[in-house]
Amino acid sequence: MSAVAIPGQRVKANRRRLRLSRVGLHLFLSVLAFVFAWPMLYGVYLSLRPFSDIITNPAGPFSLPSTLTLDNYAYVIANSDMLRFFWNTAVITIPAVLLTLWISSMVAFAISKYSWKFNLIVLLIFTAGNLLPPQVIVIPLVKLYNAIPLFAPLSANGRLFDQFAGVILIHTTFQTGFCTFVLSNYMKTLPNELVEAAMIDGAGVFTIYSKVILPLCKPALAALAVLEFTWIYNDFFWALFLFVTGDKRPITAALNNLQGQYVTNMPQLAAISMLAAIPTIVIYLVLQRYFVRGLTLGAAKG
Amino acid sequence: MSKIDTEGLAPAPEVLSGAGLALPDKRHHHYSLLTARDKVLLTLMVGVPLFVFLVLIWGTTLVSVALSFTDWNGVDPIRWVGLDNYTYLLNGYPFFWEAVKNNLWYLLVFIGFATPMGILLAVLLDREIRGSWLYQSIFFTPVVLSLAVVGLIWQLQLSPSAGNGFIDSMLTGTGLVAPANAPDWFGNAGPLFGIGILPSQNMASVLLVASWRHIGYIMVLYLAGLKSVDPSLREAAAIDGANERQTFFHVVFPVMAPINVVIVVVTVIESLRAFDLVYIINHGKNGLELLSTLITNNALSEAQLIGFGSAIAVILLLVALVPIVAYLTRVMRTEE
Repeated sequence: MSAVAIPGQRVKANRRRLRLSRVGLHLFLSVLAFVFAWPMLYGVYLSLRPFSDIITNPAGPFSLPSTLTLDNYAYVIANSDMLRFFWNTAVITIPAVLLTLWISSMVAFAISKYSWKFNLIVLLIFTAGNLLPPQVIVIPLVKLYNAIPLFAPLSANGRLFDQFAGVILIHTTFQTGFCTFVLSNYMKTLPNELVEAAMIDGAGVFTIYSKVILPLCKPALAALAVLEFTWIYNDFFWALFLFVTGDKRPITAALNNLQGQYVTNMPQLAAISMLAAIPTIVIYLVLQRYFVRGLTLGAAKG
Repeated sequence: MSKIDTEGLAPAPEVLSGAGLALPDKRHHHYSLLTARDKVLLTLMVGVPLFVFLVLIWGTTLVSVALSFTDWNGVDPIRWVGLDNYTYLLNGYPFFWEAVKNNLWYLLVFIGFATPMGILLAVLLDREIRGSWLYQSIFFTPVVLSLAVVGLIWQLQLSPSAGNGFIDSMLTGTGLVAPANAPDWFGNAGPLFGIGILPSQNMASVLLVASWRHIGYIMVLYLAGLKSVDPSLREAAAIDGANERQTFFHVVFPVMAPINVVIVVVTVIESLRAFDLVYIINHGKNGLELLSTLITNNALSEAQLIGFGSAIAVILLLVALVPIVAYLTRVMRTEE
């Protein structure tokens, strides 16, 4: 490729320039990386400092710690119902992710493997809806949830409003839009001969879906599971407006009230923020590959 | 019963198993092979989720439009008021234009700063450089945090020094700024630099924080796109004597057209959906008004101005339809 002969001196000059630009590049990137990481690093640091450290120091938190301790974590866990909020998060997030993947994989299977006339229309309805700002529909949704009766044990108050089931339902519905889009694109890349061969063997639609197609979609499903977990875990909006009972809110939405309680004690507020951040950061660090793949599966095909 | 009927229609198995052999009339045979039970099952598989989606998402959207022509507090009978809500919105309600201005600035800062910055980082990190993976991880970490957590993390930085925010404590602690002059980053609703057309000072802080998270998001999306660009294109450009900048703008950027559309759509949608960050800071009031927070603050607060809130929702819907339609047009084109 670089078969063009270049006089020796120019090569040297070019190399020097290249090395200089590399140094500049790393300098730029490291400074930026520090700026990006700083608020999170500081959050960890502050959460480990005793409050007394900060109020006795004239420069407040701009000071060195007398000691680092986990007391703030112990305090907020013991005093703030955080464990309950985490439990609520699990009760909402896990079923919502599983339902989303199950339902969207069925829809995607049906519209991508059988030449339905409505194939494109279904996809458009889902994708467009998925892109709507949720605030556009929240008012009627609250009214609708209040009007829809629901029986125990799915509902404790006889309605869909202020119930886990209601929040799980809206997450599942919204996210089915995105996942169907991604999964149907993925399934289209699987050879149709697989379905045809199975049909010849007498397999029914459900067998083909569960025994032939679904196993082949494992990479896409894993990527989507990681992505959807993060998104639903991070939801603030729905849980804020579809619950009125504060005790039912998941951790992210509960931060709205927790903030008011702990704003006067910054180290404790930092501990709360870090606790709320840990699950998604751990998932991201451990399953980074899936996470990024999930995002790009959705984007690259668009 | 129909199993026997359809078997006759199936192509011979030898033809099917022949790898890469195109089947004649593939599509027609698909359908005819299905039993009645299979057809019912497939209809349910698509029909039930589609029905729920239509009711919960598009049905409620239509109800929002209908409610926007009413005056309703959620309890008394609904009263139709025609375009009254819209008239008041455009002429009498000061927060509306404040929100429009803030949403526009959100979009402007994302399109003009955060998105190009994310693209720049992607281009820089796409090359073979040491530590690329570490840089990528750091830039991307804010994206996995909820915006509520992001708001809290930045409050630790930007609270006033009396509230032990880090930046102001540093400014006053080092004597750089007198305590009385320390900025109230999230609190000061006055216009930035005293210039009316600029966003309020606290909105400017919010935009920086939002960019902190948006940059990494765009970076990852763009990196994926760059990886899919055929390397031979770059080699050809290099042989023709193009430098890196020329190669990017004249070769790589144009072939990335599909990703570029996604990036623009994501950016516009994100700036219209913006809600969590300003809500956790001050419930979207006092300089941080956005169309999204006006909706909930009017309709889902004690005020219960459901008709009026719905009118704002309709405005947001109309604006959101622009990127949505643009995106769908693209999807349709690739499908065909």
